[in-house]
Amino acid sequence: MEIVFQRPKALSDVSSHYCPGCTHGIIHRLVAEVLDELDLTGKTVGVAPVGCAVLAYNYFECDMAQAAHGRAPAVATGLKRANPANIVFTYQGDGDLAAIGTAETIHAAARGENITIIFVNNAIYGMTGGQMAPTTIPGQITQTSPYGRDPKYAGFPLKICETLSTVDGTAYAERVSVDSVKNVINAKKAIKKAFEYQVAGKGFTIVEVLSTCSTNWGLEPVEALTWLRENLIPYYPLGVYKDKEVF
Amino acid sequence: MAEKVLMKGNEAIAEAAIMAGCRHFFGYPITPQTEVAAYMAKRMPKIGGTYLQAESEIAAINMVYGASSAGVRAMTSSSSPGISLKSEGLSYMAGSDLPAVLVNIQRGGPGLGGIRPSQSDYFQATRSSGHGDFHMIVLAPNTVQEMFDLTVEAFELADRYRMTTMILGDGMLGQVMEPVDISRGEAASTVTKDWALTGTKGQRKRNIINSLYLEAEELEMLNLKRFEKYADVEKIARTDNYLTEDAEVIIVAYGICARIARNAINEARQRGIKAGLIRPVTLWPFPKNQLKAAAEKAKAFVVVEMSMGQMIQDVELSIRCSRPVHLCSRTGGMVPTPESVLEAIENAAQAERS
Ligand SMILES: Cc1ncc(C[n+]2csc(CCOP(=O)(O)OP(=O)(O)O)c2C)c(N)n1
Ligand code: SF4
Repeated sequence: MEIVFQRPKALSDVSSHYCPGCTHGIIHRLVAEVLDELDLTGKTVGVAPVGCAVLAYNYFECDMAQAAHGRAPAVATGLKRANPANIVFTYQGDGDLAAIGTAETIHAAARGENITIIFVNNAIYGMTGGQMAPTTIPGQITQTSPYGRDPKYAGFPLKICETLSTVDGTAYAERVSVDSVKNVINAKKAIKKAFEYQVAGKGFTIVEVLSTCSTNWGLEPVEALTWLRENLIPYYPLGVYKDKEVF
Repeated sequence: MAEKVLMKGNEAIAEAAIMAGCRHFFGYPITPQTEVAAYMAKRMPKIGGTYLQAESEIAAINMVYGASSAGVRAMTSSSSPGISLKSEGLSYMAGSDLPAVLVNIQRGGPGLGGIRPSQSDYFQATRSSGHGDFHMIVLAPNTVQEMFDLTVEAFELADRYRMTTMILGDGMLGQVMEPVDISRGEAASTVTKDWALTGTKGQRKRNIINSLYLEAEELEMLNLKRFEKYADVEKIARTDNYLTEDAEVIIVAYGICARIARNAINEARQRGIKAGLIRPVTLWPFPKNQLKAAAEKAKAFVVVEMSMGQMIQDVELSIRCSRPVHLCSRTGGMVPTPESVLEAIENAAQAERS
């Protein structure tokens, strides 16, 4: 019998801790499929963040390091500089990358560090129970913006792909979403391109993936996908923000 | 024939690291240790190594974390305020049992303090270089030659015990120039790092470098195991003694203070006071047994240090307060004079007689 669908080899055969309906699982799968397709698993080292994806080191079948909150790009820098033949990626949430780790992220990009960042933007702090993130959109209610984020009071969200596109060392920055089949297929293309760029030594690559947090958004999984589509995508438009091959 | 080169303390550290096989240095400028970084920036590109100027001390130590995870000998260097920023990374490295060498050329504090030499980071180095239950090996050179030798040794100890090893110097040692025999350097270690993240190449199970353990029992077990290792590390505790055989007053001092103390001891002997010096070379593990043994013969101790009195606590603990322990200290970047140490010796001897 022909096998038409199975678990990617780069993904471990264990059940994950993510909440039911959380799109972290889809994003893990996309990264794993890309590692399989490009035959990279054996030379890849991944870096897990602090956040819901902290246990990512249990899920990818490659060597993995766990980094301090926000420091994954610096850890990835050390790994890559020590062994440039390895493919190095980080997998980070928005609190991790865009708050405590802003400096590490921007400077890894500025150095044109030849690594790939998978940036999961769910507009909220998931792991600590739903506090406001730098990416929380105006009006969004979270545990620490209980009346809805008011930019006059709490400041404006950070748009990471837009920001990093202005940094010369960034080779590729694209924002994708995993709210629909079409968008999932696009997301995979972007992730694949980012890894291909790293293989070719083109420099810093980041794929920002708009993701759901049904638990902390307080929505059913399907409603969460709808909320993402109707609220996050308009604020964080999808598309390629920087591509050294094109721009 | 031994090759002697005139070098600054900071440069000796950098050259020693290179001779020890370190090819990955991550730094951020701060006085009075900047020569370490400058030396690395000059040398590393010529020998196929990496000198990377990070955006902060936090990033630098995390780059060390990454490079060490990949199995290479890695290093960072800073001074007091920068070391505070590295404490997060040091704790993560301890939790992941990663080896690396860290240099602290201390300046006065607290806060931004000053840029003159100090020893006021002793507690931070030996007690709590970060959150959680852990230790670093701390080595305290007192000559430029020793800055070289101990740096080579630091890499060996780090690899052997899978621990961070700190070279704790001060601004004066960093800046002073002395001839150094650099033929004493040794090539890279032979310790195998089968835990390193180098890519599985499809040949082995994945390696994971991690310090997260959500099960309290598992974490406790790992912490206990780490402390078993620390008990083994106690064996490396050592001192350098000067005229201690018959000494009645024993000075305990490390780094530049030990050199000042020697002059004072010579003068004291000329004045008929039997003084001697115990210089801890390892600050962690602290040479407790050596001090305990000295307390059996000596009548009094004088601790000379450039802080408000930090190492003095270790001395008192080691001898279980069985002898009077006096403090002779300066702080804020002031260096004790031989005269002030001599006065402290005389006062201690006087107190014993009366
Ligand atoms: C230094 C430090 N500060 C705070 C925390 C607590 N903390 C754990 S996860 C997290 C937020 C993670 O949010 P995000 O990166 O958006 O990832 P998500 O959980 O949403 O996937 C925080 C603040 C920590 N572990 N370390
Ligand atoms: S808390 Fe949110 S982000 Fe975290 S696993 Fe649950 S749904 Fe996903």
